[in-house]
Amino acid sequence: MTMQPAGTEIASRTAAIVQELKGLEGPLLPILHGIQEEFGHVPQDALPVIAEALNISKAEVHGVVTFYHDYRSHPAGRHVLKLCQAEACQSMGSDAIAAKLKQLLGIGFHETARDGSVTLEPVYCLGLCACAPSAMLDGEVIGRLDDEKLDEIAAEVRS
Amino acid sequence: MIPRIYVPGDSGALALGAEKVAKAVEKELADRGIEAKIVRNGSRGAYFLEPMVEVATANGRVAYGPVKPSDVKSLFDCGFLTGGYHKRWLGAPDKIPFLAKQTRLTFARCGVINPLSLDHYKAHGGLKGLQNAVGLAPADIVKQVTESGLRGRGGAGFPTGIKWKTVLETTADKKYIVCNADEGDSATFADRMIMEGDPFVLIEGMAIAGIATGATKGFVYIRSEYPHAVAMMEKAVEVARKAGLLGVNVLGSPNAFDMEIRVGAGAYVCGEETSLLNSLEGKRGVVRAKPPLPAIQGLFGKPTVINNVISLASVPVIMDKGAAFYKNFGMGRSRGTIPIQIAGNVRYGGLFEAAFGMTLGEIVDDIGGGTATGRPVKAVQVGGPLGAYFPRSLFDTPFDYEAFAAKDGLIGHAGITVFDDTADMLRQARFAMEFCAIESCGKCTPCRIGSTRGVETIDKIARGIEPEKQIELVTDLCNTMKFGSLCALGGFTPYPVMSAINHFRDDFKPAPVAEAAE
Repeated sequence: MTMQPAGTEIASRTAAIVQELKGLEGPLLPILHGIQEEFGHVPQDALPVIAEALNISKAEVHGVVTFYHDYRSHPAGRHVLKLCQAEACQSMGSDAIAAKLKQLLGIGFHETARDGSVTLEPVYCLGLCACAPSAMLDGEVIGRLDDEKLDEIAAEVRS
Repeated sequence: MIPRIYVPGDSGALALGAEKVAKAVEKELADRGIEAKIVRNGSRGAYFLEPMVEVATANGRVAYGPVKPSDVKSLFDCGFLTGGYHKRWLGAPDKIPFLAKQTRLTFARCGVINPLSLDHYKAHGGLKGLQNAVGLAPADIVKQVTESGLRGRGGAGFPTGIKWKTVLETTADKKYIVCNADEGDSATFADRMIMEGDPFVLIEGMAIAGIATGATKGFVYIRSEYPHAVAMMEKAVEVARKAGLLGVNVLGSPNAFDMEIRVGAGAYVCGEETSLLNSLEGKRGVVRAKPPLPAIQGLFGKPTVINNVISLASVPVIMDKGAAFYKNFGMGRSRGTIPIQIAGNVRYGGLFEAAFGMTLGEIVDDIGGGTATGRPVKAVQVGGPLGAYFPRSLFDTPFDYEAFAAKDGLIGHAGITVFDDTADMLRQARFAMEFCAIESCGKCTPCRIGSTRGVETIDKIARGIEPEKQIELVTDLCNTMKFGSLCALGGFTPYPVMSAINHFRDDFKPAPVAEAAE
C-alpha cells in the first residue's frame, strides 16, 4: 500500500466540500467552516483548491481565513475550552478564574497543552451574562464558574 | 391526559445544569413507571431561578426552581406532577414577581411553548401578524411598521419602517432581508433567547419584512458562539418550510420567501451591518463606507433590509395587534417595549421586557435587586462594550434612546452590566480600548491605531506617569476616534473610556506609592 501525500489527500477532501457548498450565495464562509470541521483546522493545502473553484485569488482566500478568529492554522487540542473574558464575566471575577485555570492547565490563552489534551482560548461573550462567569467546553456551556467547577473541568480535559 | 413537564433547553439554563435535570426527570419517570412528556422549552429569562422546571396541572402551570438534579427525586415524592409543595416550589410562573412585572410583547411565548411546535406557536397567537400581512399591500405593511414607532433594537435606534420604505421603493431584480444575529455585546442575550425559545417569531417577522419590501430571500447571520441557537433556527426553518410558512407561496399567498441560516466566524465587528454583509458575501468582515446605504446597495449590491433579531421579532405583534397598540407603550420617541437584559454582578439577573421609560435605578435596584455579592453598586455599563459606565448619580435616567444620549450614553441592545465597588474603572477603560484593538477590522486609522495608543496611554496613567497630561491625551484621542471612525466600534469605544474617566476620576489618580522598606 502506498501512502498518499497529505497534500493530495487534503486537496481531494477539500474539493468534495467545495463541490457540495459552492452553489450557495456567498459560499466562502460555509466552505471554510466545513473544512475546519473536516480537518480541525484550515490547512494551507486547502486554499488553492478553494481559490480555483470559486475563481478568486489564493490571496483573497488567505485574507478571509486570517481575518476571522475562528479559523485555525493548526489543529487544536482534543478539548477546546473557551473562557469568557467580556465585561459581564469581568464583573463576576473572570480575571481570577482565568488565572486559576491557566495554573490548573499549565497553559496560557491561545496555547495547547503539551500532551495535546486541551486548547485554552478567551472568548468575548457567550450570551450567558446573567450566569457569569461562563465558559464553553467542546460546545457545552457552563455558567457560574467557581473553584469546584474549574477542578471538574481540569479533570475532564485530562481524562 | 399525559402529564407535561417543561425543562428548558435554553443555553443559559443548560449552563446551569438543565440537561442533568432533564436526565434525572427521565430516569425518575422510568423508575416509577410514570408516563409523561418532557418538553424542552426556552427560558422565561429569570436566570436566577434556572433551571426552572414547570409542570402543566389542571390548575395551570406550576414552576419549581432553581432545580438541582439531586432535587428531582424529592420533587416526585412531593407530588410535583400535580403541583405539590416542595422547597423549590414557585407557584404559577406568571405570578413570579420578576415575570409578573413585565410587559411581554416580543417575548410573549418565549419559555412558554415548545419552540419547534408550530401548533403551540399558533395556539399562543403566532402567525396572526403574517396572516394579516399577506392580505395587505406592501406599502400598507410598511406604513403600519412606521406608525408603530419601532426603532432598530440592535443599538442604532433607526426607525425600522423608514428602512423598509427605502427598500420597497428601490427597484431591483432581487432584494434581501438580512437578520443581524451577531449578538456580540457583553450583557446581551435577548437575540439568543428568542432564537432558542421562540424561533418562529423571527421567521414570521422576516417573512413579513420580505412581503413588505418585495424581498424573496432572507439570511440569518448568527455568531458561532451560539451553537444552540444555530441548531434551533435550522430546525425551525425546516419545520416552517414543510408547513408552507416559507417557500414559493407563503401561507398560500402569491408571495415567495425563503431563508438560510449562516454562521459567523468569531469577529465582533461583523455585528456592524456593512461588515456583516461583507462577511455574508464571503469576504473579510471589513466595514463599508456609507453611502451607499444597504437599503439601496446592500448584500451582493442589492437593496437589503438589515435588522436586528429583536426588531424583526417585534414585527409580528405589531401586524397582529396594530401599530397603535404597540405605540401606546413607551415614552417620547422610544415607543413599544424593550427587552432589558440585566447581567453581570446582579442578584436577580435575566431578561426583563418592559415599556420604555423605567429609570436605570428601578431596573438595577428594584428589579435586579442590587449586586450578587451584596456589595454596593459602583457602576453599570449600559449598551455593551461600546456603552457608557453610569454611576449611581445617573440612576434617575429613564430608559429611552434620547434620555441616554443626553447623558453621553446609549441604550444599545439594552444590556446592563452591574459592577460592585471592587471594580477598577481604569481597568475597565483600558479593556474597552484593548477590546477595540483586538476586534478592529483595520479599515480606518482612528480605530485601528487609536485603540492601541489608547491602551498604552491608559497604562501610563496606571503607572503614574504624568497622569493629568495622559488624560488630556486620551480625551483628545477619544474625540478623534468618535468623529473619525467609519463605524460604531471605533466611534463608540470613547463612551466607556470617557464615562469611566469623567464619572470615576478617583480611579485614574496614581496609586499611593508604598514606602520603600529600609
